[in-house]
Amino acid sequence: MAVTDATLARARIPFDRSIALRHPAIFQRRVSPLLLRLALLAVFVGLFVCAIYRLDLSVVRTLQGFGALVHFVSLMLPPSASTWGKFLVYLHALGETIAIAFLGTLIAAVIAMPCGFLASRNVMPIGVLRFFTRRVSDVVRGVDQLIWALIWVGIVGLGPMAGVLAVATSDFGTFVKIFSEAIETADRRPVEGIMSSGGDKLEVIRFGIVPQVLPVLAGQVLYLFESNTRSSTIIGIVGAGGIGLHLSEQIRTLEWQHVSLLIIMILVAVALTDAVASRLRRSIAGRAGELATTR
Amino acid sequence: MPSALQSLPERQLEPLVKAYRDAVRAKRMQAALGLGLVLGLLGLAAWTTQFDALLLAANADRLSSYFVRIFHLENGALAWTDPAEWFWGVLPEYNFRWLWSLWDTLLIAYLGTLFGTLGGFLLCFMASTNLAPSPAHVFFARRALEFFRSVPEIVFAMIFVAAFGLGALAGVLALSIHTMGALGKLFSDAVENIDMRPVDGLTATGASWWETNRYAVLPQVLPNFTSYVLWRFENNVRGASVMGLVGAGGIGQDLMEYIRKFYYSDISALLVLIVSLVVIIDVLTGRLRHFLLGLQEAR
Repeated sequence: MAVTDATLARARIPFDRSIALRHPAIFQRRVSPLLLRLALLAVFVGLFVCAIYRLDLSVVRTLQGFGALVHFVSLMLPPSASTWGKFLVYLHALGETIAIAFLGTLIAAVIAMPCGFLASRNVMPIGVLRFFTRRVSDVVRGVDQLIWALIWVGIVGLGPMAGVLAVATSDFGTFVKIFSEAIETADRRPVEGIMSSGGDKLEVIRFGIVPQVLPVLAGQVLYLFESNTRSSTIIGIVGAGGIGLHLSEQIRTLEWQHVSLLIIMILVAVALTDAVASRLRRSIAGRAGELATTR
Repeated sequence: MPSALQSLPERQLEPLVKAYRDAVRAKRMQAALGLGLVLGLLGLAAWTTQFDALLLAANADRLSSYFVRIFHLENGALAWTDPAEWFWGVLPEYNFRWLWSLWDTLLIAYLGTLFGTLGGFLLCFMASTNLAPSPAHVFFARRALEFFRSVPEIVFAMIFVAAFGLGALAGVLALSIHTMGALGKLFSDAVENIDMRPVDGLTATGASWWETNRYAVLPQVLPNFTSYVLWRFENNVRGASVMGLVGAGGIGQDLMEYIRKFYYSDISALLVLIVSLVVIIDVLTGRLRHFLLGLQEAR
């Protein structure tokens, strides 16, 4: 039987605002996807044009630059340090870089540990202190490590010590955030158990929270050590010690063979610390996992 | 109060106590060994870096005095008592100098992210084992991406400054290269986890490699890609703010100048501006991410 228009018209449900109100998600006016796409594209292109104009980027200069770059790369081969003595100097600088990362990370971790507790809701009842600790760590984290290095060079003078302090400062900010997050997500049950058996505040922290968060923290410290090995290769650029000092010097004097050697040394050192740190991290995570399953 | 606990006879208890003591001793030994190792390395590192805690302690007041100094204006007043003097660089009389520098920094980050995303996007299909034309493609694409992201962006910036001259171009290219390496890796990880059935379907209809990627892969990975790109943009804003330290444009150039010339209050003003910029960008990209997630769910 064919349905006539009249039947359809009679069957039509009169539109009622209440239906729209009951199902807002269906009746909501959506932005047309095409319009949205066009608007996005316009923003992207507009910013692009603006950037080209503001930053004064010209095709000619870019092409000339690429020509120079190809020339430089051809000069980089083969990597060489000219003399063994120079190579030893670079090797020592590389060792210094890793030492900066290690010492900086460790100092930051030791100082950030108590601050992490100060910034956690479940340990620190005084809101003002918590707020203050968090904001300080936010600001410290907001300033780049390289800028910290620049500031520390101004305070303790040129040399690796400024580098150590720069790494320690910027890591401190990161650690306080990570530590306090780990502490806040700690299981409440061990804490309650110790409280109910008469433990005081310090014992609650020592036996209720620390065993839970220690593996997490150790993992994070190792992870940051890894990333600091990367970043401490460059803080020498502003005079804060390590291999970056030699690298920037060799780039400035256009000794491209030395540059390529230094870059290779950096890559090898980073890969090695990566491998060691991630093995250690896995073994810590493994042990923490065992603990969790036997509990 | 009499104890409800029953005590085992001495003869049975003894081995248990001994085992417990042994376990505790082994654990303590292990901890002491670890601590000794860390302390040894610490000493070695301190010796290598000529770290002198006494010197630091003696100079500790210099840190606080440095911060006191950067928050004082030239006339000796506290910086925030006279914001117009402190933030002179944002005033119209000085052509909004710092604001333009901040804007340039953002544009450097934007262009770096844009080019890096394009490059990473093109390379990621080559670096994914499930889509690459051949294993050789995968090998070379992956090594290239590794190289691009392992060399710090500031090193690229220094090399590019030597090749392209001082200015923002070097910064843009350095960020692009690094972004390409970082995003290419993340992109290819996402691509390797897709559902292969749409790909098979398109291949069966005779679609080309490009068509398959466009209609079978892209729709699956686009949401992931977008959030990675936003995350990378945040990082690039941070990166762009220090590009100026090696002469590659942006606000870092002004900061470097003021630090070198000991214009104390200007240093603090710029630090405040940079930190605020980074925070604002973080918040905005966070909002944008949520907005895009909402769009995706509404679909």
